[in-house]
Amino acid sequence: MNGFLHQVIAGIATGGIYASVALALVMIYQATHHVNFAQGEMATFSTYIALTLVQSGMPFWVAFLATVAISFCIGVVIERVLMRPMDKASVLTHVGLFIGLVLVVSNLTGWVFDYTVKPFPTPFYDGPLLGGLVTGHELGSTAVTLVVLGMVFLFFRYTRLGLAMRAAAFNPASARLVGVRVGWMLALGWGLAAAIGAIAGIMVAPVVFLEPNMMLGILLYAFAGALLGGIDNPGGAVIGGFAVGIIENLGGTYIVGTELKLTLALFIIIGVLLVKPAGLFGRVVLSRV
Amino acid sequence: MLLEVKGLKAGYGPTWVLHGIDFTVAEGGVTALLGANGAGKTTTLRAVCGMIRTEGTITLAGQSIQGRATEDIVRLGVAHVPDGRGTFMELTVEENMKLGAITRRDKDVAADFERMFELFPRLKQRYRQQAGTLSGGEQQMLAIARALLLRPRLLLMDEPSFGLAPLIVQEIFGIMARVRDEQKVAILLVEQNANLALEIADTAYLLETGRIVVSGPADEIRQDESVRRSYLGY
Repeated sequence: MNGFLHQVIAGIATGGIYASVALALVMIYQATHHVNFAQGEMATFSTYIALTLVQSGMPFWVAFLATVAISFCIGVVIERVLMRPMDKASVLTHVGLFIGLVLVVSNLTGWVFDYTVKPFPTPFYDGPLLGGLVTGHELGSTAVTLVVLGMVFLFFRYTRLGLAMRAAAFNPASARLVGVRVGWMLALGWGLAAAIGAIAGIMVAPVVFLEPNMMLGILLYAFAGALLGGIDNPGGAVIGGFAVGIIENLGGTYIVGTELKLTLALFIIIGVLLVKPAGLFGRVVLSRV
Repeated sequence: MLLEVKGLKAGYGPTWVLHGIDFTVAEGGVTALLGANGAGKTTTLRAVCGMIRTEGTITLAGQSIQGRATEDIVRLGVAHVPDGRGTFMELTVEENMKLGAITRRDKDVAADFERMFELFPRLKQRYRQQAGTLSGGEQQMLAIARALLLRPRLLLMDEPSFGLAPLIVQEIFGIMARVRDEQKVAILLVEQNANLALEIADTAYLLETGRIVVSGPADEIRQDESVRRSYLGY
């Protein structure tokens, strides 16, 4: 029983990471109707920045905040420089662009920070708590994730800028007509997504170790979570992310074993697309012909 | 003149829909743009607020706005009640209205909200409701409220009567008349219902396939033989 409970809690901890990345994916999807495949690679790059800053002697949380800020800027620059000119390009052009971005960022990471696997420090108590039910890092990273998700929610729900960003995502033409600078809202969305991804990377790195492909599997789980919850619903994507974390952990422990865990993500993706393509909380779009 | 348009060409893709039109909108009052389906009425409004490709000159209070981005033109005080109403369906009525005033930082926003509730009491009843659940008439009211909350100098209105029951249309035109009398805003009104538009307008222009064919004071246009036969139906 204790073992089961621990698996659930560990699932919630990793699920929080998936939820964050899923949220980042959904934010960009909502605004542009494209899935940013490079979200994971961008997060890995950010995590290396954090490691560099920590190793240079910066206190952990200062490095954390600095990394988030730098990642935000990188996100904005990528949108302005790479995405903006592709504004009206076809879906296939975007897919190509995103795949290119994956390769470039991933190789840049390896080239700048080298390909060896590196340990990443946790800022939390590194040991079991509550009689071995949960580790300090699991508890801490879940708390950070929840705070971030809460802040993102409050930002979008209650601030002027958040409202403008939602308006730009839902209805760009109308948003322009009330004076919202839609292009900049997209750039901010990219910045926010990159910042959230960076936090997810920093929180997961102590568990999985840091290497250039660290986020590859995580992006897959996050994508499964986003699809499960509904790719056009941020709240749904977050719930989906947590659900995938729990499913992955329980499935990995009791059904398929750890080696085949990633297959579960693919099962979920295919299952959702077959049974309920809009996801659990997604909007079914009907169109008249 | 608040808005001066000269030799305006506008269109989508490689073709022009407007073939060089001239018109002006005076400070205050209502200017109507009449014409049949496909004459270029909606295109004219879109051209004025920079939503489509244009050539020619468009000046707002002496300042050229031709070729500028829509959001910049809006920030200069041009509000647009667009074709299809432009409701933010997923957002609440409250959020839709807040978006109308999103560029404003002055202290009068709260008072303007109260004024909108007075003009459109239904919006107050529906304040927390998702805008997509509103009826067509309510969405039209919301679109007008959203536009007025910008405190525009120029209000572009695209067929506010479209698809609405006659009673609702009457209500909306009554409110427009109030806005015209009580607020310092010039209205450029596009309508297919020429009778309705000429009742409220001071000046009118008649568009036919991208060209202005008749223009003048609304009263005179109403008397015009050809207009009467083709557009007023008596």
